[in-house]
This record gives sequence, structure tokens and C-alpha cells, in this order.
Amino acid sequence: MDLPLLVGIFPQVFLDGLILGFMYALIALGYTMVYGVLEFINFAHSEIFIVGAFVGVEILLGMRAAGWLEALPWPLVLLLILVAGMAGAGLLAVSVERIAYRPLRGAPRLIPLISAIGVSFFLQDLIRLVESIWRNAFNLVYPTMDALNHRFELTETIDVSVKSLVVIAAALAMLWALHALVNRTKIGTAIRAVAEDQAAASLMGIDVNRIISLTFLIGGAMGGAAGVLFGVQYGLINPYSGFIPGLKAFTAAVLGGIGNIPGAMIGGVVLGLLEAFAASYLSLLTGGAFGAEYKDIFAFSVLILILIFRPKGLLGEIVRERA
Amino acid sequence: MLSVDALEVAYGGIRALKGVALEVGRGEIVALLGNNGAGKTTTLKTISGLLRPRRGAIALEGESLVGVPPHRIVLKGIAHVPEGRRIFNRLSVRENLMMGAYPRHDAAAIAGDLDRVLVLFPRLGERIAQVAGTLSGGEQQMLAIARALMLGPRLLLLDEPSMGLAPVLVEQIFETIVDINRQGTTILLVEQNAAMALAIAHRGYVLETGSVVLTDTAAGLSDNADVRRAYLGE
Repeated sequence: MDLPLLVGIFPQVFLDGLILGFMYALIALGYTMVYGVLEFINFAHSEIFIVGAFVGVEILLGMRAAGWLEALPWPLVLLLILVAGMAGAGLLAVSVERIAYRPLRGAPRLIPLISAIGVSFFLQDLIRLVESIWRNAFNLVYPTMDALNHRFELTETIDVSVKSLVVIAAALAMLWALHALVNRTKIGTAIRAVAEDQAAASLMGIDVNRIISLTFLIGGAMGGAAGVLFGVQYGLINPYSGFIPGLKAFTAAVLGGIGNIPGAMIGGVVLGLLEAFAASYLSLLTGGAFGAEYKDIFAFSVLILILIFRPKGLLGEIVRERA
Repeated sequence: MLSVDALEVAYGGIRALKGVALEVGRGEIVALLGNNGAGKTTTLKTISGLLRPRRGAIALEGESLVGVPPHRIVLKGIAHVPEGRRIFNRLSVRENLMMGAYPRHDAAAIAGDLDRVLVLFPRLGERIAQVAGTLSGGEQQMLAIARALMLGPRLLLLDEPSMGLAPVLVEQIFETIVDINRQGTTILLVEQNAAMALAIAHRGYVLETGSVVLTDTAAGLSDNADVRRAYLGE
């Protein structure tokens, strides 16, 4: 075993894990917030996430074609695609709830779940159809911006790209903003009230349907932001590339304690770190017997272990307590 | 102020209310008495919009409330303290109270009302930052009433404020209800504890299996032989 190497790559792996983890955290928020108010898993959320990525790439490609990509300062471009991705994904999430979930509000639990799976497939193929007609391709590559790809060499083994720092900063800002919104504003308190008791909330004068729409809007917007950051960070997207990150983010939400907002954030970061460390260290530690392709098996084994000992998740004591 | 007429409500196929009629005048405390399953809670839930009547009329100052969703009925000045309190366990006491004032936007007046309810229920002031789920049963009942008062309601619907509380606490809560009424809030009170309810009410209705069987002044009901036998334990 090569100890200096193991120690040397640690900061790099930690950084990669953090980026992945923040992305999972942003996506996981959409699952956990919707579960919090409706006790329902929105399986179409992985596609809402990838729609955010597609909105971002379309704007970038459009700007490049118009020659604006080089002309405008990159922070402005990034802000623009982030806001557009959030708006697109947020509004899509609200529409999906209206069309596919709200009419099933009184139905047995499995029915909206099946509806959500249907929406998930529908959106995947809708994106494929639209992009195939529009660009004659549905595997799209995020146009690169030179400034974002600039790397700082910290040491011989560690370098950090501007892109990574921007992704981390944006994700942190978003998580902080959501935390403040939910815990320090009147509308955030109303979201928590509706999550706990819808009938009692309506007796406070809270329009429960509006709060549910708002929850989908916020969760969708966070997913859309994650989609844009995903595209910026990893480059290649297709209509199906939301599925696996979505599934992992859902797992992260369960790991943190489904329905619990700080839990989703922590669960996402933990899962991202586990995955990054497994990808880099498994092969080194086992002398090549297990390679990076075992990262998911490792990450999910740890997850199962955690859930065996804490079935409600890391921060979950969130089962309905009623006096 | 509030008039309910020929109200019919059904759960599935079962008729819970079979033509309930009652009036609540401005400034009154009106008690709704009856056994479990008589339809008291159903009546309150229908007034506040949680249940939709099959037939009948509900009007506040002549304006119909039938078919209006609960969050809009709140805007008309009706606050409902539901059965089992239904406070938000995971929110702080302060957040619970602020949710009571949710439709209001007059920050100064809300602050004034917060001070007012904390004078009525000083215990809540001591626990203002505490998570509401950690309060005792009596404190939770106080919070449920205080939260409803934060709306600044014209009409307060109270469902079993004595439920599960020690007698000394019940007395304290009922004294506060009288105070609230003296300060100008009209009250419709549902209560199993008929003796307590009749002690503070002006008038009362007796409900049996979904119908009003008797109505009189509180003194009249207290003297009624049937009421004494059925509800006052004689």
C-alpha cells in the first residue's frame, strides 16, 4: 500500500465528493420537501432535475450561436442559466403536480406513485423527442467557458478548477437560502405547518393547495439548479441521465431522514463523499481486487448499515407525533 | 351573528347531522351539549368548512358559508379550536401563535394581540421559544386557544377545551374563556362537561343523534329534569 499516495489524493477526493454530494443534496431537497407535505415520493423528480440541465444547455448553445458566450462575463452567463434552469424546472414541477398528482389526492397511496413513474418516462421521451426535432441529437454537451476551466494547482497532486469552486459556492448559497426561507420566514413556517397537519393549517387560513404548489416550485427549482450545475461540472447530458443521480438523491433523502430538510442536505453530502472515496480508494486499498466500478456497491452497503442502525435516517425522528 | 339551518352532513352513507338548526347572537357564549356521536364536532367542522354539508344553510351576518373552503372562512373572522387541539408539535410556541395570525398583515396589531394573549396565558410567554410538542396537555390547550385568538376572531368555535385536563386546569381555562368573551368575542362551545359549559354559557342546545332536541337559556337547561338526568349526572 502506498501511504503517501493515499494521503496525497485525500483533499482531491474530498473535493470531488463534496461537489457530488452538494448536487445530491440539492436534488434530495425536492424529494424530501414533497414527501414532507404529501407523504409521497415524486419519482418524476429525476426528470425535473435533468430538464433544468437541458434548459441550461439550450441557453448556452443559443448564446454561443449568437456569439454572446464570449462577449458576456462568465459569472453573468452562469447566473442566467442557473436562474433559467431553476425557473424551468420549478414551473414544470408545479405543472406536473397540478396535472398528474392533484387529481389523485384522495386515491390510495400507490396510485399517485404509479402516476409519478409514468410522468418520469413521459418526460424522458418528451425531452428526447423535442431535442431530436430541434437539434437532431439528444446527447448534448455543455459549451465550455475558458475562465471556468482554469485550474489552480495547489500542490503537485491537488488542483482545483474555477468550475468546481463555482459549483460548490452556488450549491452552498442555494442550501443556505432554502434553509433561511423554510426556518425564518412566515411562508416557510406555513410550509412546515402544512407538512405537519393540513387540516389544522387550513384552519389558520393557510391555502394548503398553494403551499403544496409552492413546495413543488421550490423543490423543482433546487433540482433545476442541480441540473445546471451537473451540466457545467460534468459536461455531457442526455434525457436519461437524470435517472441515476435522481435515484441516489432519493437514497440520500432517506439516509438523512425523509421529510427532513437538513437531513436531505447532510444525506446528500455523506453519499457523495462515500461514493468519491470508494471510487478512488477501493482499488488502492484492495490491491486492485475491487475497482472504482464497485463504488456504488460500497456506498450503498454503508448506507444499508446506517439504516439498519438508524432506520429513520440520520436526522429522522420525523414520524407523525400527534397528541 | 351565526345562523345554521336544516344542516345535514353525511360520512359516506351515514347521516351524522339530520337537520341541525341553531343561532348564535353577537356577544353570546352558546353551548352545544350532547353525548359522543351526537354530532357536536361535526357541526363545528361543517361551520368552519372542514366538512361539506349535504343540505342546509350556514350564514355569518347573512353571508352564506356553504361551499367556502376553510382558509377563506377564516378570513371572515371565524377561528376554530379543533378537537384534540391540533397544535403544530414541531413548531415553536411563537411560530404556532404566528400561524394563528397567518392571514393578517398588520404587524403592529399582530404584536399587540401577541402581548394580549400572553397576558391571558402567561405560561405560554414563559415557553415562547419551546417546541410546542414538549408542552404539557394543559399548556397545549392554552396554545390552541391562544393561536385561534391571534386571528382576532369575531366568532370562536371551541371543541372540548376540557378534554384530558385536570379539574383545576379546566376551571382555569373556562375562566379564561369568560374573559375572552367579555373582551368581545362571540363563542360557540362544544363540551362533554355539561355542568362547566352551562356555568359559563348564556344559552345552550342539546344534540341527540344528529338533531337538536332541546334549546333554552343556560339556567333553563340547568333546571331541566331531562338534562339533569342525562348530562348532569343526577
